[in-house]
Amino acid sequence: MAEQIRITTPLTDETVKNLKAGDSVLITGVIYAARDAAHKRMVEALDRGEDLPVDFTGQMVYYVGPSPAKPGEPIGSAGPTTSGRMDAYAPRILDKGLKGMIGKGYRSDAVVESMKKNGVVYLVATGGAAALISKTIKAYEVVAYGDLGPEAIARMEVVDFPAIVAIDSEGRNFYHEGQKIYRQK
Amino acid sequence: MRTIQAQQITEAVAKLAIDANYYLSEDVYNALVAGKTKEESPLGREIFDQIIKNADIARAEAKPMCQDTGLAVIFVELGQDAKIEGGSLEAAINAGVAKGYTDGYLRKSAVAEPLFNRKNTGNNTPAIIHVESVPGDQIKIVLAPKGAGSENKSALKMLIPADGVAGVKKFVVETIENAGSNPCPPIVVGVGIGGTMEKAAYLAKKALIRPLAKRNEHPDYAKLEGELLELINKTGIGPQGLGGRITALAVNIEWYPTHIASLPVAVNINCHATRHAEVVL
Repeated sequence: MAEQIRITTPLTDETVKNLKAGDSVLITGVIYAARDAAHKRMVEALDRGEDLPVDFTGQMVYYVGPSPAKPGEPIGSAGPTTSGRMDAYAPRILDKGLKGMIGKGYRSDAVVESMKKNGVVYLVATGGAAALISKTIKAYEVVAYGDLGPEAIARMEVVDFPAIVAIDSEGRNFYHEGQKIYRQK
Repeated sequence: MRTIQAQQITEAVAKLAIDANYYLSEDVYNALVAGKTKEESPLGREIFDQIIKNADIARAEAKPMCQDTGLAVIFVELGQDAKIEGGSLEAAINAGVAKGYTDGYLRKSAVAEPLFNRKNTGNNTPAIIHVESVPGDQIKIVLAPKGAGSENKSALKMLIPADGVAGVKKFVVETIENAGSNPCPPIVVGVGIGGTMEKAAYLAKKALIRPLAKRNEHPDYAKLEGELLELINKTGIGPQGLGGRITALAVNIEWYPTHIASLPVAVNINCHATRHAEVVL
């Protein structure tokens, strides 16, 4: 296991640039939860010429729909959901200044092109490791679209949230690189 | 005739929903521990560590191991000498799912209608219920929460008899390669071969609840399970798709007689947390 890189949010252009595909990262600071329905609604707002409900400049979004919190806990289990379902919306949000996305799974070519253009990094968290990851989430507060329940936009405070750089801001893709090493044909 | 109260079924299903989501069964846990020792990728081993630690935390703290607590898939073996009193089997099961998902702080992921108005039903019902009639006066219920990440990458194909074993292998491996990182590998692969279209899909789902260390009783299918596992683990997909030797923990095949002209094959993919819990009433 390579050394883990500690980063804090909001992300600077320099931080994003220094993250390379395959890096193991621990994130501390504020990240925003948003998934399918919230993304759809945000893009509809942009289509109407409105602003996003949250200023994402320099921020990171985590694709997550947590399970309900037990009494006394800030959040329930909170692992990443499949990022590909956000692909249709992501480039529009990246154009608004978002600097990082956290989820799981592959991204479309259009998303990767937008990442290169806007200087954005895509990280993946371990799918299903939801109880483990939730221990790094110290606060969870819904900030927009509360009617969407587990799909609402929420502000989360995290300490040492574990993730791996899957696609860096230059478009290097660790899914391709990692799988190639172990493929036996 | 033995009488079983509907309320008893409801209580049992509620407990199964919670248990299946909090406590990873021993066979799957052991397969993860064994998988880690075989994984050559350092990053892959780190991911195995996270997955195993996650199961430990979920068990110790009584919380869902994954936030996607799934649709509740229920397999019932209904003894023909058992009589249910105080309500229908289906209503009793759905009441149990609603209670378990609410009491257990499990995420409700069911929408009432798939296409035009995807409104959450609020209690994770309706469950997906499969009932088989069996001899005896007991009711066996297995609850297997099924998350969408892996379910969405599952596939079915109507092969022709001439496609044979090679055709089955090609389709299964193609399905896994197409799924890639999305179903949260290391995965468990359920394969249903034979019957009709819907029977094959049912068999593939049912194959997922068979203990991972147990091979098919038919030697040819047991051999095919081993060969498919080897082929899948040569893809290099690895834990979470980030590269490695262990893409799947096991391949379980179930088969059924079929039509002279047919060779249906269904592949149902499950994530590393192949969750299920059972009870006999």
